[in-house]
Amino acid sequence: MTDGLTLYIPEPPTRPGDTPDFSHLEIPAAGAMPRPPTDAPAETLRDMAYGLVRVLDDAGQAVGPWAPGLSPEQLRQGLSAMMLTRLFEDRMFRSHRQGKTSFFMKSTGEEAIGAAQSMVLDRRDMCFPTYRVLSWLMARDYPLIDLVNQIFSNARDPLKGRQLPILYSARDYGFYSLSGNLGSRFGHAVGWAMASAYKNDDSLALAYIGEGSTAEGDFHEALTFASVYHAPVILCITNNQWAISSYAGIAGADETTFAAKAAGYGLPGLRVDGNDFLAVWAATQWAVARARANLGATLIEFFTYRAAGHSTSDDPGRYRPADEAAGWPLGDPVARLKQHLIAIGEWDEARHTQFESELVERVRAAAKEGEAVGTLGKSKPPVSEMFEGVFEKPDWRVREQREELGV
Amino acid sequence: MPSMSMIQALNSALDVMLARDPDVLMFGEDVGYFGGVFRVTEGLQKKHGLKRCFDTPISEGGIIATAIGMGAYGLRPVAEIQFADYILPAFDQLVSEAARLRYRSNGEFWAPITVRAPYGGGIFGGQTHSQSPEALFAHVTGLCTVIPSNPYDAKGLLIASIESNDPVIFLEPKRIYNGPFDGHHERQMKTWADHAKADVPEGHYTVPLGKAATVREGRDVTVLAYGTMVHVAESAIEESGIDAELIDLRSIVPLDIDAIVSSVTRTGRCVIVHEASRFAGFGGELSALVQERCFFHLKSPVQRVAGWDTPYPHAFEWDYFPGPGRVVSALKRVMED
Repeated sequence: MTDGLTLYIPEPPTRPGDTPDFSHLEIPAAGAMPRPPTDAPAETLRDMAYGLVRVLDDAGQAVGPWAPGLSPEQLRQGLSAMMLTRLFEDRMFRSHRQGKTSFFMKSTGEEAIGAAQSMVLDRRDMCFPTYRVLSWLMARDYPLIDLVNQIFSNARDPLKGRQLPILYSARDYGFYSLSGNLGSRFGHAVGWAMASAYKNDDSLALAYIGEGSTAEGDFHEALTFASVYHAPVILCITNNQWAISSYAGIAGADETTFAAKAAGYGLPGLRVDGNDFLAVWAATQWAVARARANLGATLIEFFTYRAAGHSTSDDPGRYRPADEAAGWPLGDPVARLKQHLIAIGEWDEARHTQFESELVERVRAAAKEGEAVGTLGKSKPPVSEMFEGVFEKPDWRVREQREELGV
Repeated sequence: MPSMSMIQALNSALDVMLARDPDVLMFGEDVGYFGGVFRVTEGLQKKHGLKRCFDTPISEGGIIATAIGMGAYGLRPVAEIQFADYILPAFDQLVSEAARLRYRSNGEFWAPITVRAPYGGGIFGGQTHSQSPEALFAHVTGLCTVIPSNPYDAKGLLIASIESNDPVIFLEPKRIYNGPFDGHHERQMKTWADHAKADVPEGHYTVPLGKAATVREGRDVTVLAYGTMVHVAESAIEESGIDAELIDLRSIVPLDIDAIVSSVTRTGRCVIVHEASRFAGFGGELSALVQERCFFHLKSPVQRVAGWDTPYPHAFEWDYFPGPGRVVSALKRVMED
C-alpha cells in the first residue's frame, strides 16, 4: 500500500514579508546566445526556446551576434517612446486617483517591448495588442491628447465613449482594436496574416498575449492555425511574471518556458530579455525577416517583469514582496537603454534630465487639454453615439430605442 | 430555371460568390477536397482552387478567430461550422469579438464574416446534431441571424449574407436540405423536385435580410415560423381547415417587425412555431413584440409551439419535435375566443 496520490499546487518562492528571491532563474550572460540564420528550420532552433537572447551587458555595451547595430538616433527615439510611456502612465494613474477616470493600467517595466517592435514593424503591418503595450503608439507619435480624451471618455473621445479607458483602437497606427477579453485577438492576427498571404500582399501581423493567457484555448488555436497555414505572423508572449495575483507558475512556467510551447507546433520559439531594447529589436527583426520571406510564424517569449500593479483596482503588496520589482535581475528597460546611450557617448545625465522635463511638460499639457474638454462624468460624447456602429446600418430596434431615449 | 435542392442552391450561392469576388473564400472542417459532410461545398475547391475553399483543424474557436482577422483585413470569409451544435467553442469569438468590433473601434475595424452551420432536428442526430441555438445569437447585439426555409431563399439569403458588412450566422435547417419536411415523419420523404421554391436561377441574386415572406395569406390567425417549421406549419394549417396566414421570417435579426405587426393587427391572433426549446426561446421575444404592438387587436392569447425544455432526446425525436399535431392543437386553441 502506498499513501495514495498527492495533488500538487504550485506556489511562488516568496510572498509579502519575504525577501525577494530570483535565484531560481537562470540568466545567461549578454551575447551568449547564437544568432541562427533567419531561414533555419524550426527543429534546429529548439535551444533558442530555453536560453535568453540578451544584447546589453551590465556595463551598458551591446554585445554578441544579436546586437542590431542601431543608430544613436534610433536609440534615442526608442528611449523617448519608453520614457514618454512611463511618464504618461504615471500621470494618468494619478488622474484615476483624482477621480478623473474609472480605470487605468500601467506597463511599467515592459516599455521596451512595444517601443522596439513598433519601430521594427512597418506601417503596412498590423499589431494586435494587449492593454500593456502603449509604447507601440508612443513610438509612432500617436497624439497624447487622443489618449487622454479616450481615458477620460470625454466629448472628444476617439472611441465615442463606447470603450473602457485604455482599450484603444488606432488603425492608422497599425494598432488593432483592444478588448478586455484576454487572448481573444491572438487568432485574429493569424487570420490577418493569412489574408495578407492570400492577397499576395506583404503586410505582416504581430500579436501579443500575456503569459497567463497562454492557458486560454485562443493561444493554442492561433498557434495551430499559424503553423498549419505558415501564416506570416509574429506571436509574442509578454511573460511579466504576474497575472493579477497569480505568479507565472500557475500558467505553467515552473514546468517549461513559454517559448518552448512553439516546438509542439513546429514553429521557432525565441526566448528574449524583454527589458533589453536591443534584444527585443533584434529578435523582432529576425522574426520579421523570416515572415517576409514567406517562412511563416515565430513565437517569441519576452521575459520581463510587471513592476506596477495589474490595474488601478489591484494592490500587488497583498500577494508579492513589496520590493520585488527592484530586485528583478534584468533591471529596468529605461535605465538600461539610457545607460547604453551614455556608454556609447550619445547621451548624458544632463540631457536626460532636460529631456525628461520636456516630456513631463508635454504630458502635462495634454492632460490639461483633456481636462479642459472634461473628465469622466463631466463631459461625454453625444448620447446618440451610444446607438451608432452597432450594425453598418441601424435596424428598427436601434432607431426606436434612440427615439425612446430622445437622442 | 433549374430545379435545385437546398444543398445545390447553397452550393450555387458559394460558387457564384467565389467567381464574382476574389475576396470571398471559405473554409471549415472537411469542406475542401471532400466538399463538406453535407456536400454543400462539393466541387468548389476543384473549380476555384485550393486557397479559395480549404480544410481547417477541428477548432471552431480558431476557425472563427481566423475569419474575423481576415474580415478585418478586408476579405469576406465564409466559415462553416460542421453542426450548429459545435459552434459553442467559438461563442466568445462571435459574442465578444465579431459582434462588437465595429462598435468598440468606432468603425475602424469590422468583421464581414458569414458563419454557415447546419442546424435543427428531425434526422435522429441526438443531442449533438439536432439543436436550434438561434436564440443565443439573436440575443447578441451586433450579429445577424438568418434561417432559410427553401432553396430559392437559401441561395439569395446566403449571397446577401456574404455581401453584408455585418457578421451573419447562417443556420441551414438540415432536415430540409434535400426536400421539404412537413413533420409527417411516417410518410415517404419528398424531394424539392416539384416545389415552386426549388426553381433557382443559376446566377447572382439576393433575398434581402430582414424581409419576411408571406407563404400563405389568411384572415383568422397569423402563424410565425422559420426554417423547417415553415413546412410543418403549412401542413398543419391545411389539416386544421383554419384560414391562417403563414409568415416565414427568413431572418430573425434583422427582424421584419412591420410584416408581423401588419398581419397580426389584421388577424387578431398569433401562433409562433419553432423547433428550439420554448423557455427563453426566440418565440418569447416574438410573443412580447406582438403583445407590445398588437395588444388591442388580439382576440386570444398568443400561442407558442416549440421543442420541450429538455436536451434534444434521441429515441424521443418525434415526441420532442413540434410536429403538425401540436401546431394544429395550437391553432384550435388560439381560435377559442
